[in-house]
Amino acid sequence: MSPALAERAAAEAEERAATNRLGMWTFLATEVMFFGGMFLAYGIYRSAYPAAFAAGGRVMELGWGTANTAVLLVSSFFMALGDRAARAGDRKALRLCLILVALLGVAFLAIKGHEYAAKIGEGLIPGRAFRHPGPPQLPLFMTLYFAMTGLHALHMIFGVGAVGWLLWRNSPRRGQAVPVEPVAIVGLYWHFVDCIWIFLYPLFYLVGR
Amino acid sequence: MKHLLRNNRDLTLVLAALLALLTASAATALFPLAAWKTPFSLGIAAVKAALVAALFMRLREHGGLTRVFAAAGLCWLAILAVLSAADYLTR
Repeated sequence: MSPALAERAAAEAEERAATNRLGMWTFLATEVMFFGGMFLAYGIYRSAYPAAFAAGGRVMELGWGTANTAVLLVSSFFMALGDRAARAGDRKALRLCLILVALLGVAFLAIKGHEYAAKIGEGLIPGRAFRHPGPPQLPLFMTLYFAMTGLHALHMIFGVGAVGWLLWRNSPRRGQAVPVEPVAIVGLYWHFVDCIWIFLYPLFYLVGR
Repeated sequence: MKHLLRNNRDLTLVLAALLALLTASAATALFPLAAWKTPFSLGIAAVKAALVAALFMRLREHGGLTRVFAAAGLCWLAILAVLSAADYLTR
């Protein structure tokens, strides 16, 4: 390839990368609005019923919530490291990073599932089955808890699936180049979902403590 | 992998900062309930999210247009929050 052609190819690759990035950021802006409506509902009801929200925060398991935050932060670290590995063309390191990200994602979901089961067992499920002493608006707090963390968990499930897809794309048996752009784009999504949890953590686990 | 970790100490430092901030946030639960706690823990969350966005999501190294797109979502959210609060807080 002549130097001029190589330069043009590099410029086109950079343009493609920038377009992908802007597309993903546009999607993330719609996600901010998706979650934003729920954060707003939380803010409005918390300012209306501060005692119920404080009581709600105290029924949460701070240890599990903190552990899950750490799990997600570490997963984001390995995602960022995987992005560096992909750009360096290091297929093996990328594979290891992606496996760790997926395992941490599954660990997060397992902890969340354990928490859900415990809350349902304690009668903290909103609706007719609700049987837990506390302020009358406690079910409202629990509704927001299940809705917001549930929507977040759904995003995590998609994220783990996307990381699985990256692992398949990265398989040397397919005989294709290291998937640099797909890793960057899925990485943006993964970090965004991490950011959502970063805000859910103080709102549900630290309120009232 | 060792090689990768050695060459990317900056990312390890970000992770250490994030975990330190998480510890500070969780530690507030040890103190008696006070009015400063919520703003403090939300402030820590904002710093954590900013670190993730700037360094893990590479907003720091990417140009102005990417940052404008990233900020757009927060702008719409701010409009939603301010107009809703203007209603609820003045009833």
